[in-house]
Amino acid sequence: MQVSMTVNGEERTDDVEPRLLLAHYLREVCDLRATNIGCDTTSCGACTVIVDGLSVKSCTVLAVSAEGAEVTTLEGLSGPDGELHPVPAAFRSEHGLQCGFCTPGMVMAAIGVLAANPEPSDREVREGLEGNLCRCTGYHNIVRAVQTAAQAGPAAGQVPSSRGVTA
Amino acid sequence: MIPGAFEYVRAGSVEEALTALAEHGEDAKVLAGGHSLLPLMKLRLAMPTVLVDISRVPDLSYVRVEGDEVAIGAGTRHFELERSDVARAEVPLLPHVASRVGDPQVRHRGTLGGTVAHSDPASDLPTALLALGGDVVVQGPNGRRSVPVTEFWLGFFETALEPDELVVELRTPRTGSTGWGYEKFTRRENDWPIVAAAAVDGRVALANMGGTVVRATATEEALARGASTAEAAALADEGTSPSSDMHADQDYRRHLARLLTRRALETAAGAS
Repeated sequence: MQVSMTVNGEERTDDVEPRLLLAHYLREVCDLRATNIGCDTTSCGACTVIVDGLSVKSCTVLAVSAEGAEVTTLEGLSGPDGELHPVPAAFRSEHGLQCGFCTPGMVMAAIGVLAANPEPSDREVREGLEGNLCRCTGYHNIVRAVQTAAQAGPAAGQVPSSRGVTA
Repeated sequence: MIPGAFEYVRAGSVEEALTALAEHGEDAKVLAGGHSLLPLMKLRLAMPTVLVDISRVPDLSYVRVEGDEVAIGAGTRHFELERSDVARAEVPLLPHVASRVGDPQVRHRGTLGGTVAHSDPASDLPTALLALGGDVVVQGPNGRRSVPVTEFWLGFFETALEPDELVVELRTPRTGSTGWGYEKFTRRENDWPIVAAAAVDGRVALANMGGTVVRATATEEALARGASTAEAAALADEGTSPSSDMHADQDYRRHLARLLTRRALETAAGAS
């Protein structure tokens, strides 16, 4: 069946099977491979993307359920000038990654955390990222990266979209 | 993992959803947030041939006071309940428990009606609703009916809901400033409870101590006749039938039920 949504600012319509998961749609139909599929059981958060202003695990959402939605993936964070969004910039400067597999999901979830709470405590960052697992267990630098990003102000909790991020 | 093939129906209203359910009967399942159903479908433990998506039905998401009760739309997502000023003021146990479900991404999708209809005995919010009392409002081809929460959950994944009915609202008494407590034991914060206990107004409900969420009736009776918190909590596992699994054996679950009940009652009494 046909599904229409806006992905990283681009309106698109595709013919998909109803059972196609949003994560597979983004990776295989849209060819956006930053969104990783880790556990495939709604646990690890590697597939986190922003859908209509909310961080969600795209392995547990049907693509057809996102009809009319505005979806942002890691690839959609940079502006036209290619400048890094404050959150991935902070993950880079604070070395908030080791193998990098969880990073796209961590970054998208962190944007949601900062949208809901622009000045979180370390504990609030950890609670906000409880749905994202780093199997290198590099959480200290991840928390530091989110705190560094928070210093960039409200832009850290937003994505280049018309609808804004709420959580 | 990819779900089995199914026909997808996007309902624009409760009536459209009911029409689709009436047409397809037991072959159809209702999809709301999908965070219980889709994992089962990915494991092929559930293989409905029709999915009726109600996530776009307007007017199923609300929290409002109606007389002595708080009425909550079945489509209310966990994070909406968590942030609802009305819920925080009128029935604070519920938004607190909503904040303990899964993780933020799960709370952004999961709905109250979905977790109620799913009937997993390890669910947080049904445990809170059972302690609070109140009704599940369901709508079918012949209109609406109210099922008391004490009669709604019949077994593991089994409810009083007919195949052509939809959960549309939850109604629960306003508890206001009455003390409450919720204690949940997990290995990791975003896990399902190994055991959980909710206490409010002399009532106690337990998660994962049987095929459904259950009331700790022996504890409630002891409290009603004036027993101390410790005495009453020591009876919390009476009449329950917990299972053993990789997380805990039966005896350990019984221990947790007694311990968590005592802590929840102490919190409710303000003694913490």
